[in-house]
Amino acid sequence: MTALLPRRGLAQILALIVILAVDRAVSPQFFDLRLQDGRLFGSLIDVLNRGTPVALLSLGMVLVIATRGIDLSVGAVMAISGAIAASLADSHGLPIVLAAALGAGLLCGLWNGFLVSVLGMQPIVATLILMVAGRGIAQLITEGRIVTFSSPDLVWLGNGAVLGVPVPVAIALGMLILTGAVVRGSALGLLIEATGGNARASELAGVGTRAMIMAVYVWCSICAALAGVIAAADIMGADANNAGLWLELDAILAVVIGGTSLFGGRFSLVLAVLGALIIQTMNTGILLSGYPPEFNLLVKAVVVLAVLLLQSPKLSGFGSIVARLRRTKA
Amino acid sequence: MTLKALFAATATGALLLALPASAAQLTIGFSQIGSESGWRAAETSVSKQEAAKRKVNLKIADAQQKQENQIKAIRSFIAQNVDAIFLAPVVSTGWDAVLKEAKEAKIPVVLLDRDIDPSGKDLYLTAVTSDSVHEGEVAGDWLAKTVGAKACNIVELQGTVGASVATNRKKGFDTAIAKHPNLKVVRSQTGDFTRAKGKEVMESFIKAEGGGKSICAVYAHNDDMMVGAIQAMKEAGLKPGKDILTVSIDAVPDIFKAMVAGEANATVELTPNMAGPALDAVAAFKDKGTVPQKWIQTESKLYTAADDPQKIYDSKKGLGY
Repeated sequence: MTALLPRRGLAQILALIVILAVDRAVSPQFFDLRLQDGRLFGSLIDVLNRGTPVALLSLGMVLVIATRGIDLSVGAVMAISGAIAASLADSHGLPIVLAAALGAGLLCGLWNGFLVSVLGMQPIVATLILMVAGRGIAQLITEGRIVTFSSPDLVWLGNGAVLGVPVPVAIALGMLILTGAVVRGSALGLLIEATGGNARASELAGVGTRAMIMAVYVWCSICAALAGVIAAADIMGADANNAGLWLELDAILAVVIGGTSLFGGRFSLVLAVLGALIIQTMNTGILLSGYPPEFNLLVKAVVVLAVLLLQSPKLSGFGSIVARLRRTKA
Repeated sequence: MTLKALFAATATGALLLALPASAAQLTIGFSQIGSESGWRAAETSVSKQEAAKRKVNLKIADAQQKQENQIKAIRSFIAQNVDAIFLAPVVSTGWDAVLKEAKEAKIPVVLLDRDIDPSGKDLYLTAVTSDSVHEGEVAGDWLAKTVGAKACNIVELQGTVGASVATNRKKGFDTAIAKHPNLKVVRSQTGDFTRAKGKEVMESFIKAEGGGKSICAVYAHNDDMMVGAIQAMKEAGLKPGKDILTVSIDAVPDIFKAMVAGEANATVELTPNMAGPALDAVAAFKDKGTVPQKWIQTESKLYTAADDPQKIYDSKKGLGY
């Protein structure tokens, strides 16, 4: 039974299925897929493609939250890396563009990590600094304009396809596998969870908590920088005022929907990405439904509330059934 | 000492004013909001050009989106005894006190681009703004004329929900097409005035309308959303500008680039030249005492592929959009 039913994640999978069913009801062609210029085309692909930035952000965010931290600067980091990528795209090759954009992400992560782990600032305040200043930096780079480019390499990163799968989706999947392999393939994940569970006890037990905290902020910013490059490649331009705007909140929401507690400790990469997909499935459904836009945020709030209630062990009869099943198995 | 300098400056100013009007160079202070968008940057550079054309000495103060900075700038313009003050108000209320000071100093104030709270109508000479309802009407009229009698399903990309510009541009467009029963808005969603959201929303419109085959035209409340929508149409294998007509508002350089490529059909200009009409009004007021109307509406000019989009693109791209 436990092999069929994952120990965690049942609520999230159920929520995704329900939202997919609702999407199918409001838009009968939701599951239709066809090839268009060598690229899969359909609403499901839109969900994956549009969900990529938040999925990438949530990959980094979930590690930060697991250490009992939070990173509010990811949206601003997206704007910075997008601005850098767009400014360099037409004069430099793709490797240099990527190195510069991701390098900027690395620096942002080191800055956040320094403030939190070395200076001991509260994460929410420490990353708020870059959230505000970062967008200003991005606007300085673009001089307040939308910087457009035509470099086919960078455009491919946003609009190309690998075996029919959009490149952004392939990148997000690759990052999920990479992060999972590094974090779960070694004791690193356990050490991160220990840091978040009780930093002092972990420190005394010999865990390098400072290094752990530094590492998760750096990884989070690199993921954000990658998301920023993809977002810029998608619209063939960097819009410093709007790129990644408020996406930090979507990323935190994705992590929370994925069942990771804001108080740190246990985390799940796959469920965080699933959380991002749940958010995007809902967004795409709202767009397809044809309701007036005034309802968008209201519908979103109700669905999020429902998903979180579904996870609440006290409120959901479903949770208690699963618990009883587990007890009988054990 | 500063007072003495001020007296000296005023005395020189009075002497200059006493000379024949043609010899006096107008000095005008312009309190600009700050760099909030590409359009704002273009407005600033066009204002400089227009002032230079008329040999007016234009002093621009950047308020960095803060009302208190604008009030400070206006007070310093009054202290410098400028001939007129241009104000692009960052918010609509809270101007009464400082505008009264300007009135007492007999310095006319002209509002640019945005109006202020109605209680202050007698506190300024005139307001130069565009009419966003009219912009929507121009877009709707063009579409109705272009489509003719055949049935046309329109999808609409709205601006940010609750923004007055979005509400007005929707209202104007709806009024214009209401006279033509063959035109119908089948889907309308917000694209938040951004390229990324414009693209995402257009992707969903295409899926929802049978791969886009039943869509005859797209109307976007600004050009940026249309640029995103054009990409979405191309990725879906549609030909924007041919299979699907496009009309949007603002006339930013990139939409002319799309027009050159045959991927966009029409745009309605929100002119960055608010200073030109304002300078003319001030000059007339100073020379002949002509009091202008309370509202000078700028022209909402329609541009299509027939207007040499390449030339317009070249002329606009340096303005800082």
